[in-house]
Amino acid sequence: MSTLKSVIRRILSSIPVLIGVVLVIYLILRILPGNAILTMMGEHAREEVVQQISAELGLDKPWYVQFWVYITGLFTGDMGTSIKYHKPVSELIAAYFPVTIKLSVLAALVAWVIGILCGVISAMRKDRLADRLGMGFSLLGISVPVFMTAMVLQYLLAYKLKWFPIQGTKEGLICYVLPAVALGWSSAGSVARLTRSTLLEVMQSDYIDTARAKGRSVSGAVVFHALRNAMIPVITVMAIQISSLLSGAVITETIFSLPGIGRLCIDAISGRDVPLLQGSVIFATALVIAGNLVADCLYSVLDPRIRKEG
Amino acid sequence: MALFKSKKDVLSADLASQIGESEGMGVRLRRMARKNKLAVASAVFLVLLVLAAVFVPVLSPYDAVNGDASTRLQAPSAAHWLGTDEMGRDVLTRLLYGARISLAVGVVPTMISMIIGVALGVIAGYAGGKTDYIIMRLADVMLAFPSLLLAMVIMYTLGDGVMNIFLALALVGWASVARVARSETISLKETEYVQAAKSIGVKPGRIIRRHILPNCLPALIVLFTLNIPSAILSESSLSFLGVGIKLPNSSWGLMVNMGRQFLYNAPWISLAPSAAIMLVVLSCNFLGDGLRDALDPHLNNE
Repeated sequence: MSTLKSVIRRILSSIPVLIGVVLVIYLILRILPGNAILTMMGEHAREEVVQQISAELGLDKPWYVQFWVYITGLFTGDMGTSIKYHKPVSELIAAYFPVTIKLSVLAALVAWVIGILCGVISAMRKDRLADRLGMGFSLLGISVPVFMTAMVLQYLLAYKLKWFPIQGTKEGLICYVLPAVALGWSSAGSVARLTRSTLLEVMQSDYIDTARAKGRSVSGAVVFHALRNAMIPVITVMAIQISSLLSGAVITETIFSLPGIGRLCIDAISGRDVPLLQGSVIFATALVIAGNLVADCLYSVLDPRIRKEG
Repeated sequence: MALFKSKKDVLSADLASQIGESEGMGVRLRRMARKNKLAVASAVFLVLLVLAAVFVPVLSPYDAVNGDASTRLQAPSAAHWLGTDEMGRDVLTRLLYGARISLAVGVVPTMISMIIGVALGVIAGYAGGKTDYIIMRLADVMLAFPSLLLAMVIMYTLGDGVMNIFLALALVGWASVARVARSETISLKETEYVQAAKSIGVKPGRIIRRHILPNCLPALIVLFTLNIPSAILSESSLSFLGVGIKLPNSSWGLMVNMGRQFLYNAPWISLAPSAAIMLVVLSCNFLGDGLRDALDPHLNNE
């Protein structure tokens, strides 16, 4: 019961953040120096054309009126109409969204499985060769730009060896393998580093000694006792990684020509399509907030202390 | 007054030894330099790179802007260490010219975001209450955005230009700095020497300048070195996507972007700047890790 209560409270507390997100994007696109319409039409647009378009988009009203119209629209799923595609933004997002989700979920899987595995191995073989290799691999993952991994994989495995399709999504799930690995590696690095350090800390606690005294092997103690508690900070980092996965998705989608939300943002920018840009960024951020919410809830399931403090 | 001062000094020296800060920053840095060879090598590499970027007009016999049509798309050789690009320009020379903007983009926006973040974080932590609530909710909102998307939107409104990219990255980066500065301030606010200073009537501004900021410094220096690589990565991603640095300026991200169409016949054009980004980011991370071990007692695992 108390878990349900704290879950509901967390959901409610993320609503102001979401409204803040919409407001910030709104203000950046309308208030910052540089007129969105002039950007859209080019510097030499005729005054009456600018005014006509402003009126059509409701941009001649004060910004708070526009904001109110926009945010009430959001709750009914209305995100405005794309200037470039002449379709509702929500429809476009619905069409492009599944690709990004597939890519991000696969990348997250790569990141978490490899990251946790690498972290556990490094922690259990501390200061030995496996540890150094694991940590080197992780640090490299954090330091290599996503576009570099993506291009190298594309060049070697797709172009030279022809194991994978070079781009597009025609051939099904196999098209997502290279983008997901390229995208997941950097997050895997962060997850591995944190898993290692928290696991090393947890392994020094009394209950691990108890488990060992009761006859558990070292790996048994890690799997059955330590890992569960070491996972708590790791989950937070995973939640943070959702945000960087979506950032990286923009790049991988560009390199591998995948039609996802990132692609949509780039299209919106090159097509000077403000409603589409606004809608897709807000949608992506909403995904991040939702991901953090899930992590928060997982957190309270894993750690009873947090649940009680509520 | 003299009496107070000496008491305060004794008090803070006592506390400092309790939290393991009895040694000066210089001593700890020197010990790190002896122990952590990787961090030293990284620092040397970064300094050499900066020097090379500054003196490239003297060092390189080639022109970065005008190419030589007879040497188009040549693979790396003794004459052209990193090959040539589609216009016959030496990739290494262009790389070093590009380093100027790429490195500046690492440092300048990070500095701006540190100043904004520290100011807001310290104010939030010290004032508490409503001020704290408002500043930190704003930080929550900024941190909810996927950073690259937010930077893209800001760049879209501001338009191209080096100054605009500085501004965009600073606006994206301040929130995480504010969180660190706030939590440092809150824990310092509870220390006895700050309480003592408060009780003898020292004004908040002076307490912040004399007691809070100097003690935040180690954590902030570490954060600074670790934020530089992420700024460099962000700039290169933005330029790679075509919403960052644009011609006639040049940065590593832009070079990768321009070279991408030749990935299959001349991979060095885009891989060389990618590798440069990787090396700089790796060095900054090594240096940051080393500094953290040396300077920040909270994060020190040993």
